[in-house]
Amino acid sequence: MTKKQIELSAEDISAVEKPANRARLVKAPEHFISQELIADINSNGLDETRRGFLRKGFLSAIGGAAAGLAAPMAFAAGEGDPAILEKQEWQTTLGKNVATMPYGVPSIYEANLIRRESPGLTRVSAASVAFTPLQGLFGTITPNGLHFERHHQGWYNLNPETHRLMVNGMVKNARVFTMNDLMRLPSVSRTHFIECGANTGLEWGNVAVPTVQYTHGMLSCCEFTGVPLKVLLEECGADLKKGKFLLAEGGDGSGMTRTINLESCLDDTIVAWSMNGEMLRPENGFPLRLVVPGVQGVSWVKWLRRLEVGDMPWNAKDEAVHYIELMPDGMHRQYASIQECKSVITTPSGGQQLLDKGFYNVSGMAWSGRGKIRRVDVSFDGGNNWRTARLETPVLTKSITRFNIDWVWDGSPAILQSRAVDDTGYIQPSIKVLRDLRGNRSIYHNNAIQSWKLDSNGEVSNVQVG
Amino acid sequence: MYKLDNLFARLTVAGLAVLSIQVAYAQNTQGSVKFPGIGRNATPAEVMAWDIDVRPDFKGLPKGSGSVEQGQAIWESKCASCHGVFGESNEIFTPIAGGTTADDVKTGRVASLADRKQPQRTTLMKVPTVSTLWDYIYRAMPWNAPRSLTPDDTYALVAFILSLGEIVPDDFVLSNTNIADVQKKMPNRNGMTRNHGFWSVNGKPDVNGSSCMTNCVKFVQIGSTLPDFARNAHGNIAEQNRLYGPYRGSDSTKPPIDKLPGSSAEGLAHAADTHAATTKGPAALFKNENCSACHAPNAKLVGPSIADIAAKYKGQSGAQEKLMAKVKNGGSGVWGAIPMPPQSQLSDEDRATLVRWVLTGQ
Repeated sequence: MTKKQIELSAEDISAVEKPANRARLVKAPEHFISQELIADINSNGLDETRRGFLRKGFLSAIGGAAAGLAAPMAFAAGEGDPAILEKQEWQTTLGKNVATMPYGVPSIYEANLIRRESPGLTRVSAASVAFTPLQGLFGTITPNGLHFERHHQGWYNLNPETHRLMVNGMVKNARVFTMNDLMRLPSVSRTHFIECGANTGLEWGNVAVPTVQYTHGMLSCCEFTGVPLKVLLEECGADLKKGKFLLAEGGDGSGMTRTINLESCLDDTIVAWSMNGEMLRPENGFPLRLVVPGVQGVSWVKWLRRLEVGDMPWNAKDEAVHYIELMPDGMHRQYASIQECKSVITTPSGGQQLLDKGFYNVSGMAWSGRGKIRRVDVSFDGGNNWRTARLETPVLTKSITRFNIDWVWDGSPAILQSRAVDDTGYIQPSIKVLRDLRGNRSIYHNNAIQSWKLDSNGEVSNVQVG
Repeated sequence: MYKLDNLFARLTVAGLAVLSIQVAYAQNTQGSVKFPGIGRNATPAEVMAWDIDVRPDFKGLPKGSGSVEQGQAIWESKCASCHGVFGESNEIFTPIAGGTTADDVKTGRVASLADRKQPQRTTLMKVPTVSTLWDYIYRAMPWNAPRSLTPDDTYALVAFILSLGEIVPDDFVLSNTNIADVQKKMPNRNGMTRNHGFWSVNGKPDVNGSSCMTNCVKFVQIGSTLPDFARNAHGNIAEQNRLYGPYRGSDSTKPPIDKLPGSSAEGLAHAADTHAATTKGPAALFKNENCSACHAPNAKLVGPSIADIAAKYKGQSGAQEKLMAKVKNGGSGVWGAIPMPPQSQLSDEDRATLVRWVLTGQ
């Protein structure tokens, strides 16, 4: 719907605006009424004929205002900016009623910032990825409609009334909870990032994709609300001495199963139903998902229906065939769970175009699966010299932290990089440091420093340095 | 009569309500001390219905058996359309079999993972445990009809896959009693390590970066860039960014611009006419319904190309209806041994649209 609206408005614009008229100041509405007509109305009053003249003049003025939208800002000296001099449609007509869009949708001018699949990444969209458009986001929270998607066997709209969560295994009582039960329990709300273990995985060998949406877009950050896992396990009498592992199972066709290492995740894992104040979206696990802060996204099992306490890892398909890292000696690292400290500059980023030289606020995101971001440094010369960026609050644990840094671009080519440090002292490595140890066939856990090359024509592209 | 019916219905509903409250109450008293009224104990039948996972120690494995021969028959009717007749297909998912040797079975390490002689890592090159195959096939396969296999079907399919990797002989019968012995022959059973810092949040990272702030590198060398021909591989980047604001998207349908657009973006000639393109109609349907997994416009994949289908049925009366029935019910034998699975999820309207598009291009 919104896309169609954009198309229509573009057609409207081209209909009223001939190329030759671009940048020409369009007359304000009162100029469409001739002096003769004003005198006529003053002496004889309004009748239908005279109303008709007025209406005609007014409509063409609206057309002129619409043309002003797309016109460049250049204007004749001494006159002024049409965006100021002309009355705009929204100043001069009645707007839409409240609740015209009862759940609300973004502006039609935001229709380009959507989740996107990377062409050719997978052959089957039911087992694929749609990436978050990080290049257009602000702050730290991912809007729910833009939270990245990754499914293994397609998504369903599960009926919350018949959804059940079973807790079994090494527990005193295997128990069943309805959504009604779970949502009565004491809940917590915490903001955490979720990142797919394969995020940036396409770039292990070389530069592969053009924009930050495809290089880093399997990353989102939301406030999740739910009941702490620990509360549920204790409620069922879980044997947490012998039961060191948890199997989380999804209710989708893949019956996604993941082993959770309870030792390190018990304290902050949440059985969550809400994301950013509303219920989870279906494509993000409605009505229930696991939130395992700091751990790769595949363990945040969606459509969660069962938790089993056990004394050994399960070696499920996605723990034995996928989500394993191939080392140069042919060994696979299994259960590589933690998402190490990482950052990326989002504006400007690959595929973007700077308009002119001068001042820019360079901005990006930093996060760590082991704790809080302590510092982010930014380089504009390919890693030779670094300056420390401003961290915006709040700086939360296992969450995205926004960083900003002032920059005056002199118009010469530059290579922009960001490098994050977390509160364990871990410093985000270069791709070279990672490859020297792990080779280039890993797919997973690529947290390398990202380089964006800015050319003198203002175009930014994805490059690897070294 | 109406009144009597209504009264009867009300009594029944009331009776059921009382009964279910009693059941819920009885169960609630079994467990919850801290949160009275929340949750209930699972019945043994409920646990049995859902607790289907099979671990590497085979806890959870149901009794049963299946032969390679039985597995091959099931495979060809239910699995080959995605995975190839010999588990070798790389069209939709990565191949199941290939890349392992008799030597790997002896050592428990797949040599080609280190020597890189295999271009593609197959399932059998990676998976260290048979339990993993059994668990996943039983819970999630076939892909479009998960949970439709019996335990015996699953034993047979696992046996067939193992025979493709020459881990078991062609006349093998896999069962719950011999599966642990087979696991000891898995080619990559020694190929996994948990000896790294990523398993636990308290683990030790394997690498660390540099904290250098000034004069850190002698010269900056660009090691990798996107090739020019890939400029538009992800579509027009201008359409994937805001059309306003200081950071626009580059028009990747055109070569890079010569100079800066200027602060008013005047130099971005494309800015006014780039707007999000919508993908609608049969081509989008074809992609979204995953038809493109097996069929390409002009090349044979798992199934015939669109062009070949159109050519075959050109001018035939009733082709539309015939193909619509085939799409709905599935088919086999027309284009080769691999059957097309039924696409019963499609609405009649969508089927008609798709078939018309295949036949006429419109």
